[in-house]
Amino acid sequence: MDWHILGQQIINGLTLGSIYGLIAIGYTMVYGIIGMINFAHGDVYMVSAYLMAITLAVIHFFGIDSVFFALLLTLAVTMALTGLYGWSIERVAYRPLRGSTRLAPLISAIGISLLLQNYVQISQGARVQGIPTLIEGTIRFGSGEDFVQIKYVQVLILVASLACMAGLSWLIGGTNLGRQCRAVQQDRKMAAILGVNTDRIISLVFVIGAVMAAVAGVLVTLNYGSFDFYVGFVTGIKAFTAAVLGGIGSLPGAMLGGLILGLLESLFSGFVNTDYKDVFSFAVLVGVLIFKPSGLLGRPEVEKV
Amino acid sequence: MMRKSLQRMFAVSALAGAVALSAGTALAADVIKIGVAGPHTGANAAFGEQLWVGAVQAAADINAAGGVNGKKIEVIKADDACEPKQAVAVANRLVDQDKVDAIVGHFCSSSTIPATEIYAEADKLAITPASTNPKVTERGLPTVFRTCGRDDQQGVVAADFILKTLKAKKVAVIHDKDTYGQGLADAMKAAAGKQGVKEVLYEGLTRGEKDFNALATKIKASGADAVYFGGLHSEAGPLVRQLREQGMNAPFISGDGIVDEAFVTAAGGPQYAKGVYMTFGADPRKLPSSKAVVDELQKKGLKSEGYVLYSYAATQAIAEAIKATKSTKGSELAKWLKSHTVKTVMGDKAWDAKGDLKVSDYVMYQWDDKGKYAELPTK
Repeated sequence: MDWHILGQQIINGLTLGSIYGLIAIGYTMVYGIIGMINFAHGDVYMVSAYLMAITLAVIHFFGIDSVFFALLLTLAVTMALTGLYGWSIERVAYRPLRGSTRLAPLISAIGISLLLQNYVQISQGARVQGIPTLIEGTIRFGSGEDFVQIKYVQVLILVASLACMAGLSWLIGGTNLGRQCRAVQQDRKMAAILGVNTDRIISLVFVIGAVMAAVAGVLVTLNYGSFDFYVGFVTGIKAFTAAVLGGIGSLPGAMLGGLILGLLESLFSGFVNTDYKDVFSFAVLVGVLIFKPSGLLGRPEVEKV
Repeated sequence: MMRKSLQRMFAVSALAGAVALSAGTALAADVIKIGVAGPHTGANAAFGEQLWVGAVQAAADINAAGGVNGKKIEVIKADDACEPKQAVAVANRLVDQDKVDAIVGHFCSSSTIPATEIYAEADKLAITPASTNPKVTERGLPTVFRTCGRDDQQGVVAADFILKTLKAKKVAVIHDKDTYGQGLADAMKAAAGKQGVKEVLYEGLTRGEKDFNALATKIKASGADAVYFGGLHSEAGPLVRQLREQGMNAPFISGDGIVDEAFVTAAGGPQYAKGVYMTFGADPRKLPSSKAVVDELQKKGLKSEGYVLYSYAATQAIAEAIKATKSTKGSELAKWLKSHTVKTVMGDKAWDAKGDLKVSDYVMYQWDDKGKYAELPTK
């Protein structure tokens, strides 16, 4: 086997996987705190790609030419606006249904997903949209034709995912806010009795999930340069798979699940067959769930008596 | 008080609605309804737009010239999102609810194939401007026609170009696992096989994804000196970009699934799309017969690229057939079309017994560094 090809496929898989991981965080956190899947999450990611392009255009209009500064500003604005979307989704589709059957918010989330897709399609058009390449350049290892390369954007994706992961772990594990989140996750009623504003915490979790999706949206758009109103669907399903694989409800599990899924996909595609890469990834998912029903890092559900 | 005036307002508007409705039914007998079916939503909406623009312009021009036997043409938009299931649903709607007289469409072969079954059953004429899969006209349905060529012709032209002009020895063949994409890739593969060249790689990617880096690395590792892709622009764009980013600069050749400037956008700009080859019918925009229409579209700020004129021609063929036979029965229109030549915006067109064009003329095009495509000069 040629080692440079293996190396290249691992880099391909890691970048793809960290994107899955970033989006999976949104699924896993919402599930952890209210025990429900936010099916609109993939479309939140899609919306963030549009918000990013629009912000970029506005910034360019005001004549800010420094790529670094423009990107930083775009990232901040996109994160804030997408967070707003996350907050609104919780307000519209989840809070009014809290305390009703488990199925109701699931359906309302699917409704939001369709709403977002159609809203973006009508307001922005169905055509593929694109942004110019902002970060160019690659690092190459090796010589001649046998090299392993990683684009600067890919480095940025890896670094940003790690930074987000570290930041979130600190937020959940080391702050007062995080302690409140964990309390709500363990027992919502008890947390409320002890003075935790549970509604606010649940809103916050939706916002965090959306912000992570926004980071992914900005990075992916920088990397691939194009997007349409439908990109949330496939990516959303993949990220959801990553969350389940890693153990839904577990934060490090989401990242691990994403990286494993990305690696599986690109290694299978690279060395076996591209046609069946999804079949393979889902077969691995089924296998993991048979032997470890709560996912790789998920804790088994304890029935409360 | 408030409520009263509101009630009155409702009454008035209801009355107005009733009048408009009855006017509508009175008119219905005097129009010829043509359904225009294609992907108006979804990743391939750019192509649905092409079909729609062409059909609308044709209807407007025919109506301005007096209509068909004194009747005006009305075009009805139908969206199949390029999904076979939805195509069947809209086909039923067009036939049962809208009661169309004929259909221009669909776009994706995977939609056209199931939808035409329904049109054939209802005895409605259907002309697809864009579905190139051989199966469209190979199923013995008498009322199905097309104004484009077939993939088994397109694949041969592509194979000839790759092997003879580009002199490639190792061809990687990629497709999107869809009826059109895989069909076209297989046609090219078969044509290359006849000339003794076997592909070094044959893989299918997943529609809707954007990351093909793993595949790009694999193509590069295969040492291919040409990459052929059967599929649509939303996947072709990212694929060509990721190949170029990985330092793989072998020629990239595709078919008529990328004839829209959306391909350049999907690739992330002309710097990635430049140099890409594609097969497409000889440019109808250059014909003297299309000049007036192209100018008119340009005046309205609309493009005449891709399948716009094919859709225009399909609408014209329907109108001509109805004019001559004074019927809207699919079987009668089909019989007439198969035995007559129609003057269209794309020149004179005649169809064989299957509903394929008697003469099809695939040529090679290339995308340039400004994000436009142009026919390659023939040698």
